[in-house]
Amino acid sequence: MHGYTGKCLKIDLSTGKICVTNTPEGLCADYLGGRGLGVGLMGDRITHTCESPEMPLIFSTGPLVGTDVPTSGRMSVVSRSPLTGTVTDSSVGGRFGTELKRAGFDLIEITGSADEWVMLEIDGSGAIVASAAGLAGMNIAELGGQISSEGSVAAIGRAGENGVLYSSIMIDGRYAAGRGGLGAVMGAKKLKAIRVRGDRPIPVADPDGLAQAREDIMRLLRASPAVFGEFGIAEFGTAALVDLIHARRMEPTDNFRRTYFPEATRYSGYQIQMRYRTEKTGCAGCPILCKKMGSRGEVIPEFESVSHFGALNGCPDLLTIVEANRICNDFGLDAISAAATIACYAEISGIRPTPPELLNMLIDIGNRQGVGLALSEGSFRYACSMGRPDLSMSVKGLELPAYDPRGAYGMALAYATSNRGGCHTRAYPVGCEILRKPVAVDRFTFEGKARMIKISEDINAVADSLSTCRFTFLAAGLEEYSRALYAVTGRDYDVRSLMNIGERIWNLERKMNAANGFTRADDDLPERFFTEEGSLGSVRIPPVDRSNFLRALDNYYRIRGYE
Amino acid sequence: MLAAINKYLDKLEAQGLAKREDSTFLAVDAELFSNKPIEHDVAGLHEIFRAMNVSSLLFASPSEPYRSIIRRIVEWDSECCAENIIVPMDCETRTFFHDFPVVDDLNPVAISHALSRRKAVIVRDLGIVTHGVYTPEQAYVSYSSACFSMFVKYFHDSLVYFDSCARNCTQIDADYAKAFIDIAQQSVVTLRRECVALRSGPPRTEDDVTAMLAEAGRAIVTQRLVDSHFGNISYVFKDHIFISQTGSSLDELEDSIDKVPLDGSSSTGITASSELSAHKNIYLKTGLNAIMHAHPKFSVIMSMFCRAEGCDRRLCHRICTRKREVGMTPIVPGEIGTGPTGLAATVPAVMEEGRGAIVYGHGVFAAERGTFQRPFDMLAQIEENCRQQYVIAVSDLLKHLLDSPFDGLAESG
Repeated sequence: MHGYTGKCLKIDLSTGKICVTNTPEGLCADYLGGRGLGVGLMGDRITHTCESPEMPLIFSTGPLVGTDVPTSGRMSVVSRSPLTGTVTDSSVGGRFGTELKRAGFDLIEITGSADEWVMLEIDGSGAIVASAAGLAGMNIAELGGQISSEGSVAAIGRAGENGVLYSSIMIDGRYAAGRGGLGAVMGAKKLKAIRVRGDRPIPVADPDGLAQAREDIMRLLRASPAVFGEFGIAEFGTAALVDLIHARRMEPTDNFRRTYFPEATRYSGYQIQMRYRTEKTGCAGCPILCKKMGSRGEVIPEFESVSHFGALNGCPDLLTIVEANRICNDFGLDAISAAATIACYAEISGIRPTPPELLNMLIDIGNRQGVGLALSEGSFRYACSMGRPDLSMSVKGLELPAYDPRGAYGMALAYATSNRGGCHTRAYPVGCEILRKPVAVDRFTFEGKARMIKISEDINAVADSLSTCRFTFLAAGLEEYSRALYAVTGRDYDVRSLMNIGERIWNLERKMNAANGFTRADDDLPERFFTEEGSLGSVRIPPVDRSNFLRALDNYYRIRGYE
Repeated sequence: MLAAINKYLDKLEAQGLAKREDSTFLAVDAELFSNKPIEHDVAGLHEIFRAMNVSSLLFASPSEPYRSIIRRIVEWDSECCAENIIVPMDCETRTFFHDFPVVDDLNPVAISHALSRRKAVIVRDLGIVTHGVYTPEQAYVSYSSACFSMFVKYFHDSLVYFDSCARNCTQIDADYAKAFIDIAQQSVVTLRRECVALRSGPPRTEDDVTAMLAEAGRAIVTQRLVDSHFGNISYVFKDHIFISQTGSSLDELEDSIDKVPLDGSSSTGITASSELSAHKNIYLKTGLNAIMHAHPKFSVIMSMFCRAEGCDRRLCHRICTRKREVGMTPIVPGEIGTGPTGLAATVPAVMEEGRGAIVYGHGVFAAERGTFQRPFDMLAQIEENCRQQYVIAVSDLLKHLLDSPFDGLAESG
C-alpha cells in the first residue's frame, strides 16, 4: 500500500498499553489520511467529553507525507474541541508528520489519561511511555532545552497543562496546532510531549510520474504571484497580507467595531522584514518556506496573529506584537483566540490594555491566574459571564480570525458554515475574494458564493487529508495533486474522486457535530456584522445584508443536501 | 448567473472563438442557469454537470479557423492519434493546462472522466468542453486558452513538418498541405488591423493612469492581437507602478489595477500580474515607463520555430543561449515568474535598445516612455513581422507544391 506505512500506533495512557495495528485500508480509501482519516477513526467517540479518557487525540499523516510532492510535510491533529465542542482538527507543519511516517507509522491514536505527567518516545522500533514529571510546569522554550531536538517534538506548554480552552500543541517549538484547544486535550491526558524519530525511506509507486507531477506543481508555484511573486508569502510570509487586507479596508479593528486601522502599515510584512532581517524557514519538504525567523532567532508571527494583536487590540507596536506571539508560542496558546478574547475583554470592560498590560494578560491566561482565569475559557464564555454574549466575535465559540466578513461575503458564509467554528481555513475564500486565486470573484456579493464555499470546503478537506499546505492551492489544484497522489500510491485518483472524498469528510464532521447538539442555528455570525458599518474611512464597508446572507445560507444547505 | 453567462457568450463571439448559437453555457449556484433549454445535447451536459462538483460548464463548436485546426490536429497529430491527448507547446498553456484530452463524442461519462483530469476536453468533430470550478469566467478562459493553444500548435507543428520534409528531402503529404493551405488562407493572410490612436499626452493624475491602462488594454483585445486574458500592462507614475492585476481581463481593467510602490515598501502588489517583477525590472533597467505584454499567436509560433539541432525542446524556454531574433526583435528564454530562469531576469536585459522582446513560446514585451501609443504599435508590428516571416517561410517550403498560396501577403498587415 504505497503512500501508507500500513501501521498505526495506539496508546492507552490509562493502562500504558501500546499496540501496533494495521492502518485500516477501507478508511484510507474513504478518507485518504490526515484530517479525514483522523475524523473517520474518531467515530462515535466524538460524543465523549474532551476530558474523558475515552476521547482520542489523533496525530495523523496523509499519503503524500514524506515524499517529494511540494508542501506535503504536514499532518493533522484531531479530537473534539474543548472550546467549541465541535469535532476539530488542526493541520500543522514542522517535521513531526515526516518523522512519524519515517518511523513507520501513519498515525498515533492516544486515549486514556496517565496518573502523572508522561511523554512518548517513538521511533522505528515502537513507542515508550516515559515519565515527564521533571518537565511539568515548563513552557515550550524551556522544554526545548530538556528534550533532545533529534527528530521532532510535539509538546504543550503551561496553557495546555492548565486546561486553557484554546491552548495549542506546539511542533518543533514554533509550529502550532493552534485552533480549538487541542493542547488542553493533550493536557487532560497528562501527556506533556511526544518525540518521534524515523529514518526509513518512503517508497512511491511511480518515481518518474512523481517527478513529472512535482515539476508541474513547481511550475505553477513559480508562476503564482501570491506564492513566489515579489510580494508573495515566500518572500514576506503570511504577513504579506497585512498591507492587502488594510488596503481592502477589512482588517478587524477594536474587536471588530471597525475594519480599518490607520497604523497597520507599522507592522506590515515589509516593516517586519526591515526590522527583523528575516530569513526563510518552513516545514519539511516545503519549497515555499513561508515561516519567517528574525536574524536573532525571533519567530515572526503569522498574519492573523500580527493583525489581531495589532488592529484588533489597537496596538501598532511591532515589538509588542512579536513579543505577544512569542508568549503564545511559549505557553502554547492559540494566538487568534487569545488576542480576540482580550479584545472582547477590552470592549466589555471599557479598558484597553496598554502593550505591557496586554503581554501580562497573556501570561495570566497561560497560568490561569488573575484576570486570565476568566479569559482562559475564551471570549464566548467570558462574554456570557459578563452578560454580553453579543460581544464575543466568534462562531460556535471559536474566535474569528483577521478577515472582517463585511469585506468579503464568501468569508461571511464560510465562517458560518465552518464545522470547527469561526475559521478562515475551512474554505479559505481569501484566495478568490482577496488574492484573486484561482480566480477573482466580487467580494461584495453572495451570488455564486454558496457553491463556491461548498466546493472550497471539500477541496480543503482533501488538502488537509493529503497533508498538504493550502497555500499551494493558490497556484496548483487537485488536477495536479491527483496526479501526484496517483504516482505515490499507484491508485487512480482524479479530481472528481478526490472531491467526493472531501465531501464525505465534510459531511461526517457535520454529522458528528449534530451528534453533539449543533444545529443550523449555530451557523450564524455575531449580530454586529449585520447592524454596524465597518470602515469609516474613504471606503465605505456597509453591514452585511442579513436577508441576503440567509438566502445564501439556504442555497448552501440545498447544495449540500442538508434540507 | 445569467448575466455572467451572457457576458462570456458575448466575449466568445466578439473574439471570434464561437458563435452564440453554437455555444451552450451552464452555470449553477443553487439553481441551474443556461442559455438554452435543458433538452437534447444540453441534457447530456447537465448530466456531466451533475457528475462533477463544479460551478459552470461550457460546450461550444469553435468558429473558423479553430474548428478546422482542431479537426486537423485530431486527425494528424501523432500523440493525439496514439494517446488521445494534445500536448501544447507554448509555455503558458503548457503551464496551466498540461495537455488536452480528446474524446469521441458527447458521452457524459467520457467527458466527465476527462474533465476530472484536465480543465478542457476536445470532442472529436464537435467542439470543446470546459468547466469552471468556481465561476463561469474560468470556463470561458479555459475555452479561449484551448483555442489559442490549438492555433499555435497547428501552425508551429506544420511549419516544423514542412521544414523537416525539405531538409530530409521527403515528400510533403499532399492532403496535409492542401488542408493547411485552406486553413492558412483564412487565418494567416487575411488579418487586418486598424490604426489605433491612444491617449497622446502623459497622465497628470492617478485616474489618468487608470484610464490609459484601460484604454490600451482594451485596444489590444479589440484589435484581436490577443483574447482578454493573454497579457498584462503597466505604467510607472510618481514612484509607483500601476499594473493590471493577476487574472484580470485586458479589456476590463478599470477596476483591476494595482498601485505598487517601486521601493517595495508595501506588499499590496501580491495581487498584481505574475509579470510584475519583469515590468518593474524593465523600468529600472531602461527608464521606459509604459510597458505592454501580450501573447499574440504568430510571435509565439515564430519564437518556437528554430532550426538548431541537438537541443532538448522541452528546455528551450528556460535555457536557450542562442542569439535569436525575428526582424530586429530579440527572442529570449524565460519562465513565468521570478528566479534565474524567469523572464523577470531575461527580458529587461534586452529591452534597452529595441524596446521590444519576444519570450520563447510565451509572448511579446514592448515598452516606451510617456504613452502607450508606441508600445501598442510595436506590439502590433512585432506580431505582423512574425506573421510575415511565417508566411514567407511556409511559402518557400510549399512553393514546389502550389502556386502562390499566400498572395495576400503584400497587402496585409
